[in-house]
Amino acid sequence: MAKDKLTGSEIVLKVLAEEGTEVVFGYPGGAVLPIYDALFKQKTIRHILVRQEGGAVHAAEGFARSTGKVGVVLVTSGPGATNSVTGLTDALMDSIPLVCLTGQVPTHLIGNDAFQEADTTGITRPCTKHNYLVKSVDDLARQVHEAIYVATHGRPGPVVVDLPKDVLQALADHGPAPRREAHKSYRPQTRGKQDAIDRAMDLIAAAKRPIFYTGGGVINSGPRASRLLGELVRKTGYPITNTLMGLGAYPATDRQFLGMLGMHGTYEANLAMYHCDVMVCIGARFDDRVTGKISEFSPHSKKIHVDIDPSSINKNVLVDLPIVGDCATVLAQMLKRWDEKKYRPDTKALAKWWQSIDGWRKRNCLAYEHSGTVIKPQYALERLQALTAGKDVYFTTEVGQHQMWAAQFLKFDRPNRWMTSGGLGTMGYGLPAAIGVQVAHPKALVIDVAGEASILMNIQELSTAAQYRMPVKVFILNNQYMGMVRQWQELLHGGRYSESYMASLPDFVKLAESFHGVGLIAEKPSDVDGVIAEMLKVDRFVIADIRVDQTENCFPMIPSGAAHNQMLLGPADKAARPISEEGMVLV
Amino acid sequence: MDDKTIERHIIAVLVDNEAGVLARVIGLFSGRGYNIESLTVAEVDPRNARSRITVVTSGTPQIVEQIKAQLDRLVPVHKVSDLTEEGEHVARELALVKVRGSGDRRVESLRIADIFRAGVVDSTARSFVFEITGSTDKIDAFVRLMEPLGLVDISRTGIVAIARGEKPI
Ligand SMILES: Cc1cc2nc3c(=O)[nH]c(=O)nc-3n(C[C@H](O)[C@H](O)[C@H](O)COP(=O)(O)OP(=O)(O)OC[C@H]3O[C@@H](n4cnc5c(N)ncnc54)[C@H](O)[C@@H]3O)c2cc1C
Ligand SMILES: Cc1ncc(C[n+]2csc(CCOP(=O)(O)OP(=O)(O)O)c2C)c(N)n1
Ligand SMILES: [Mg+2]
Repeated sequence: MAKDKLTGSEIVLKVLAEEGTEVVFGYPGGAVLPIYDALFKQKTIRHILVRQEGGAVHAAEGFARSTGKVGVVLVTSGPGATNSVTGLTDALMDSIPLVCLTGQVPTHLIGNDAFQEADTTGITRPCTKHNYLVKSVDDLARQVHEAIYVATHGRPGPVVVDLPKDVLQALADHGPAPRREAHKSYRPQTRGKQDAIDRAMDLIAAAKRPIFYTGGGVINSGPRASRLLGELVRKTGYPITNTLMGLGAYPATDRQFLGMLGMHGTYEANLAMYHCDVMVCIGARFDDRVTGKISEFSPHSKKIHVDIDPSSINKNVLVDLPIVGDCATVLAQMLKRWDEKKYRPDTKALAKWWQSIDGWRKRNCLAYEHSGTVIKPQYALERLQALTAGKDVYFTTEVGQHQMWAAQFLKFDRPNRWMTSGGLGTMGYGLPAAIGVQVAHPKALVIDVAGEASILMNIQELSTAAQYRMPVKVFILNNQYMGMVRQWQELLHGGRYSESYMASLPDFVKLAESFHGVGLIAEKPSDVDGVIAEMLKVDRFVIADIRVDQTENCFPMIPSGAAHNQMLLGPADKAARPISEEGMVLV
Repeated sequence: MDDKTIERHIIAVLVDNEAGVLARVIGLFSGRGYNIESLTVAEVDPRNARSRITVVTSGTPQIVEQIKAQLDRLVPVHKVSDLTEEGEHVARELALVKVRGSGDRRVESLRIADIFRAGVVDSTARSFVFEITGSTDKIDAFVRLMEPLGLVDISRTGIVAIARGEKPI
């Protein structure tokens, strides 16, 4: 009875639907035509056609990061698969749950250098959490279920499922295998060991100069983790700083929040990290952009580290008290213990600690020189923040100075509202990611804070935005330089601006129009508010070309290899002559 | 705690015997710049399709901890066991050693093989293939003694190891 049988393609879609997938980002080609045919015949799953496979992966990342769900990608064999490699690596670095279905030549041709054949599982092995080559239609359903399980459980990440064309066309004798919750070998630990929790809470309660240092793991863990984190932080009254990936896990407008830490983090966050006596790291991974010089990283503190991935623990920094577990679960355990033991913070010590912190805060490290004639990038972002505050807004970014200014000047009070490429730093991420966010949140305001160099890396995705009438806003801080590169060349390479000038830029207004969108331009500070207002009003996609100061640098900055207490606070500090901590406090 | 001494560890890894699993393990070592002194793999539980990989590696305590954590997070890995750290274990290697020669040297090679309890698994008028098992040191010693006696070829398995006592991995 051929009628009861399903083809491999139909099984793929059925399993995706069973797993709750509503949308797939993809691009067709010979090897996946059977899936595209099956897609054509059904209505459950929506397909978003991107303009380059790399865009599909970033769009799925944006979708995933803004919803907490898995992002699904569908690409063809060979070039389709290789084009997705950057996005997969990006998702691996930033712990984003993705399933990428790649077409493959039929099994009997694998290894023959067949047309559009690539060793996709070989190429993607180091840039995925796991991957599968499906060799038989009988394994297909189980492997797709498993792929989604692996992508979303434990530390999330991208999973590739490589699908030979004959497997997609084969008929399975029976329906798809049912979903099984438990994986035979992969069972990440979510509950923290109780004795470690107990010891951690003793340490936390007795701290005199404590700090919470939290990251992307809190976002990964879901909104409950952010809620519980807020509870714990408020109960203790301790200061908290977030990594770039953690922004939004704790409300940025709260007094206890010190801003981002790390290379372009705030003075107060970095000095608090340097001087603390107890550091509570939750879902962050001691990245080198955060630690600076390892040997001088927070030299006087006891360190507690909560992470679901044991390989993140003691990788860069040796910690005193590791707790393997999921952020939300462990935070709940911590709160329970805090309440049971009726802990009270050491208010006297804490008041003194806050006094130091407030002193550092007074330095006002994000201050910049205003100008009446040129638009300062920081000013543009301040206005963008002010004019979008209170709205249902999501931000993505490209990579560079504009990304760091966005992290410093936009205020995230909720998780899942900030999508940026942190670990890999992929220029070209922001526009497709914004498209993915807009697919998930059609009514929301989605803004890609971009640089004029980065945006050209995936500019073709404007066509996707146009096709689906997605009103994403591209807010270009156009400094006509690869600003971040120029900054490093200025500070570290004697001002020799080798190849960092963006010559022959397009006319972004005309470019937007040619893609059926709207282009706006701001050339002086007094234009900015009007352009933002207009951008928010238009219900199509918009490119706002904000012509900003070409030579502005992003401060504060910890020059690479320097310690937290050797920040450069502004143009006056010279890279060659890092100013001492005392010197900086006195300024 | 920041210990820089290099230690040698024997690590046993129980994995699903599926396509690509060995590539994953080897790729992990090469991609992250860890050492592999030796690596052996074979299916040990056909019913559940499980293989056991024994890898001998070296690094600082922090690196060795990373290696184990990185192995453990590979999806098809069931268990990672550091035999060096977990106590007493038996470690063995097997080698096939080809010695070519005649006359006294040939007789001498047989005599030494006997001392080492190496068996002859192939012989021609001009050669022997010896099979020897034992610790790495023992095999090294045997090979050294065979060198002047006409050693021409050698094939070694690398270490396989198991914990002493009743407990499985
Ligand atoms: C130009 C540029 C400049 C940058 N400058 C800075 C900077 O100044 N400051 C800064 O902070 N970053 C900066 N970054 C980003 C930096 O490179 C890292 O991406 C970032 O610091 C890592 O954030 P994270 O530690 O929160 O880890 P993530 O990459 O978000 O990793 C999350 C951690 O949490 C764990 N985890 C995941 N899920 C869970 C869960 N459910 N429960 C428990 N744990 C979980 C993971 O195992 C992992 O260890 C910059 C990037 C670029 C491109
Ligand atoms: C794909 C890719 N190539 C190169 C880099 C290195 N890089 C980091 S920032 C940057 C310049 C970005 O310029 P722009 O988008 O104009 O942003 P700005 O720094 O000027 O704000 C470059 C080239 C990168 N991060 N990604
Ligand atoms: Mg630029």
